[in-house]
Amino acid sequence: MRLKTFSGGLHPPDSKEFSAGCPIEDCPLPEELVVPLSQHIGAPAKPVVQVGDRVLRGQVIGESGGFVSVPVHAPTSGEVVAVEPRLHPSGRELPAVVIRVDGEDSAAEPMSALDPATAEPDALKDRIREAGIVGMGGATFPTHVKLSPPPEKPIDTLILNGVECEPFLTADHRLMLEEGEKILDGIAVLQRILGVEKTYLGIEANKPDAIDQMSALCSGRNIEVVPLEVKYPQGAEKQLICAITGREVPSGGLPMDVGVVVQNVGTCAAIADAVLRGLPLVERIATVSGDAVVQPKNLRIRVGMSLAHLVEICGGTRVEPAKIIMGGPMMGMAQLSLDVPATRGTSGLLLFSEEKVVRRPEGPCIRCARCVQACPARLLPTTIAAYTRLDMMDEAEQLGALDCIECGCCSYICPAALPLVQTIRHAKAAIMARRRKG
Amino acid sequence: MRQVIFALLPACAVAVYMFGLPALVTLVLCTAGCIGFEAGCQKLMRRPVAIADGSAALTGILLAMNLPPSSPWWLSLLGAFVAIVIAKQIYGGLGYNPFNPALVARVVLLISFPVQMTTWTAPTPIGSGLDAVTTATPLGRAKEAVMLHGALPADLPSGFLGSFLGDIGGCLGEVSVFALLLGGLFLLWKRVISWHIPVSFVGTVIVLSGIFWLVDPQRYPDPLFHLVTGGLMLGAFFMATDMVTSPVTTKGMLVFGVGCGLLTVLIRLFGGYPEGVSFAILLMNAATPLIDRYLKPKKFGLVQEKGGAHA
Repeated sequence: MRLKTFSGGLHPPDSKEFSAGCPIEDCPLPEELVVPLSQHIGAPAKPVVQVGDRVLRGQVIGESGGFVSVPVHAPTSGEVVAVEPRLHPSGRELPAVVIRVDGEDSAAEPMSALDPATAEPDALKDRIREAGIVGMGGATFPTHVKLSPPPEKPIDTLILNGVECEPFLTADHRLMLEEGEKILDGIAVLQRILGVEKTYLGIEANKPDAIDQMSALCSGRNIEVVPLEVKYPQGAEKQLICAITGREVPSGGLPMDVGVVVQNVGTCAAIADAVLRGLPLVERIATVSGDAVVQPKNLRIRVGMSLAHLVEICGGTRVEPAKIIMGGPMMGMAQLSLDVPATRGTSGLLLFSEEKVVRRPEGPCIRCARCVQACPARLLPTTIAAYTRLDMMDEAEQLGALDCIECGCCSYICPAALPLVQTIRHAKAAIMARRRKG
Repeated sequence: MRQVIFALLPACAVAVYMFGLPALVTLVLCTAGCIGFEAGCQKLMRRPVAIADGSAALTGILLAMNLPPSSPWWLSLLGAFVAIVIAKQIYGGLGYNPFNPALVARVVLLISFPVQMTTWTAPTPIGSGLDAVTTATPLGRAKEAVMLHGALPADLPSGFLGSFLGDIGGCLGEVSVFALLLGGLFLLWKRVISWHIPVSFVGTVIVLSGIFWLVDPQRYPDPLFHLVTGGLMLGAFFMATDMVTSPVTTKGMLVFGVGCGLLTVLIRLFGGYPEGVSFAILLMNAATPLIDRYLKPKKFGLVQEKGGAHA
């Protein structure tokens, strides 16, 4: 059978073999956690603890700063030693709560458990917000917002994203293998909230064991497991919706415009913990991999652990890393140092040696059109980039710069090593800034 | 670039075999000339010398392919100058030239030096013991006969195999359709080029020339003749597919190829020159920015869903 997929895209080596066979390990607690108050898209949380306070695992340390915001919780027990700006994975210094870990890992009183079969959808959504749940595929958009479409946008389809199309990452893969039931519990909550007719779980065909496992678990539950072609960016929200349902999210629109909500499987598991067990989101699964790491692993990490700590747990580095990436190699963020904390969006940590990092000098564009063929948004990346370099933003906007999903296919495939996606991102920022000015 | 050069080697080998030393000299002069002018220009403009990218060498080989085997030495060097300095570096170098440099050079030479550019030697394979004899190209003879007598010559070579393998007079690159096809298929296989331009180009030539042939076979040669003579194969696989001067979208490539085919047949049958491939490609080069502007791919999210229930 021909597997479902989208148009465009490319096939980077998936490099998942280094960690796909490693069962999830609990990452031991370090001596100190740096918990950023900005771990989501939207307003940062406001700190509600002071230096000297003793906090327990799951206790709120930062209050939600608005509707598009979520609270932040203490990942373990200990003493607050600082509330100050610290280096954040985004490269800026952002407010964070620093906790000296006491090692007891004492938990605060959990929130009351809710029964998804009987609880009101609004109560479930409130719980998801209180538990600080955000999109854990890496986008970290507050989940309760995604689950609150306006009434004029009826949702008929829920899609679970177990694609994990980024090379190297195996966190969602291991989660589906080892904690599939938890994902199902989360799906039940989402189905209850959205009242959808149809639920799909999309998994790339390079994870046959996860497809088998989830198919067995989902049978008889009105959830269809859809194996998808192995192609990047198969897990991009709009491409995934198109592959599974054939619907195209309109330009400038959201999945809800075509009646769909997409949630990552990791988010689903977190929702299950929050609703059924009253536990806020303070931990997640992350893949530590790359050729500079001694022992690649899938770790259950607490939010606020430093990247250096994760590397240490994986046996340290084999050679001096030349490139550090939080997230996947295609869309992840390059890091200046290992001295930054993991967040709710940290799906992976990749360390590469100098020999794996290809640094080529930029050449002239010879209009080979590789980027045009690869672009899943069907744009003309090189033309948009050319206009951007000339500061001709009207033309860049006309060519659809804002439709760019920043998947990075164009930069990856460019034989002239042009920073295409980087240039287009610059254009997007400039266009948005101009719109705000009016 | 390297793969394109590699793909041209069989055709070069056949040309040297068929035309002997003069062909080799033309090849070497054009290639060395192009590399030399490229390096000179870049030095002069204080830019990094980038002859290692192979683009100048490729232009040189393609230029040689577009010259008669007996070209005098100065014709080759002048061609190299026009191709690299006038048609490429003045516009900003690799990636910025609107027209295919080798074709610009060919057309400049053809218009400026018609005698030297149309003095053809018949193929005298190495070892055949024959001296070089001058001859006319099949396309040239066809044109002449039609102009003078209103009909095709009776003895027009219909031997498909001969022209296919390389036994006809013409430019270096017009000799062996077989060797060019081999290289073209290699490029398709390696995905250096996509099928859109060659197929639409050649397809249009077959269809259009076929229509004329069916209307009046006395006056218009059959499609097969068009296929194996002149620079069609060289043009369709190696010149029209030049990425810098052709559209970036698949729809655009198809339009570009059809346009090339259309113009080629019209010039061959009704134009002043017997061969129209180079003019056709250059004219379509000029149309490329326009094609790219109007034939953009449909952005994701602009396709209306069937039924429009959710649009």
